[in-house]
Amino acid sequence: MSNRTREALIDPLFNDNPIALQVLGICSALAVTTKMDTALVMSVAVICVLTLSNLFVSLLRNGIPTNIRIIVQLTIIASLVIVTDQILKAYVFDIWKQLSVFVGLIITNCIIMGRAEAYAMQNPPGMSVIDGIGNGLGYAVILMITAFLREFFGSGSVFGKQVMPLVTEGGWYNPNGLMVLSPSAFFIIGFLIWALRVWKTDQIEED
Amino acid sequence: MVEHFLNLAVKAIFVENMALAFFLGMCSFLAVSRKVETAVGLGSAVIFVLGITVPMNNIIYNYALKEGALAWVSPNLAQYDLSFLGFLTYIGTIAAMVQIVEMVLDRYAPGLYAALGVFLPLIAVNCAILGASLFMVERDYTLAESAVYGIGSGIGWALAIVGLAAIRERLRYHNIPPALRGLGITFIITGLMAIGFMAFAGVQL
Repeated sequence: MSNRTREALIDPLFNDNPIALQVLGICSALAVTTKMDTALVMSVAVICVLTLSNLFVSLLRNGIPTNIRIIVQLTIIASLVIVTDQILKAYVFDIWKQLSVFVGLIITNCIIMGRAEAYAMQNPPGMSVIDGIGNGLGYAVILMITAFLREFFGSGSVFGKQVMPLVTEGGWYNPNGLMVLSPSAFFIIGFLIWALRVWKTDQIEED
Repeated sequence: MVEHFLNLAVKAIFVENMALAFFLGMCSFLAVSRKVETAVGLGSAVIFVLGITVPMNNIIYNYALKEGALAWVSPNLAQYDLSFLGFLTYIGTIAAMVQIVEMVLDRYAPGLYAALGVFLPLIAVNCAILGASLFMVERDYTLAESAVYGIGSGIGWALAIVGLAAIRERLRYHNIPPALRGLGITFIITGLMAIGFMAFAGVQL
């Protein structure tokens, strides 16, 4: 693996994370993280769509006229999302139900448009695929950490398996109700960004 | 009847606030909330586009996509269920409507057009817009209900972004730990605002 490939793959994880630094794709990151299995399915879906959309946009990059590129990109992304939606509906129906509109909202997930616009339009297909996987993984890392914290402290379980027995079922753990509610997602991501920027000081914004 | 619509509007604005309860339109919510002025511009553009696209997509869903919806063209077509094409049609409608709104405003209301500026085209990829259309389909609203829902959720989103922008303007004078400045503290404030909006849960007229 050459240096450049490794950079495109590893950089988005911590150095140039799509959620924590590029401010892309936050909507879905917050809404699907109450449980780890929905977060996992969502991450996989986003990685697939992002990789494929980067591939197709990059293949077509020399044939797309600049004034209509947004519509062309949206069409490619929307078609990929329709396929993903149908596959999820066919194989993991329960999780598809819980994700509800958020699978459809992958279309307007700014990570996908952002990477198509910023990377795939200027780079060859091979590198674009790697960039897609890398950014997808960066998104997945934040999503899984948030989901783990929310599920672990909110309902004392990991992937639906009870780790800490709840008081209501005769155990000792009193679940933190706030973790299941939406505001906790903001706090967790806010603190994650804080932690990340204490570690990587060059990401600090001068506001 | 009026009560029903009023109730729906209150629900869309406060209880099910697009930004703070469903996290929709977060990208622009966080990126464009540095100044109150621009936040007001983007907020009014979102109200405008939502008020048009949600009823538009409602018409398309009911007369072209739903199972049996094509019966008005010819009875033979009644068996088709095209709802899987939903995403593609809705985003197409939204992109087209944004383009049309832009041209109409440019021609007839240049003042407003200049004020909205670059935010208008950006709205096409704002998830709050697509999200409202998807919720409308999921909850099976009628045409009138979807118009109320579209405008209501737009007002709710605008309210949230203007509030956040006002807080962020004052934040400039505070001593925040360097690593928390910018995005980090914005997330935490949004979380606190979301807790505040949770107080509206259960409000009914």
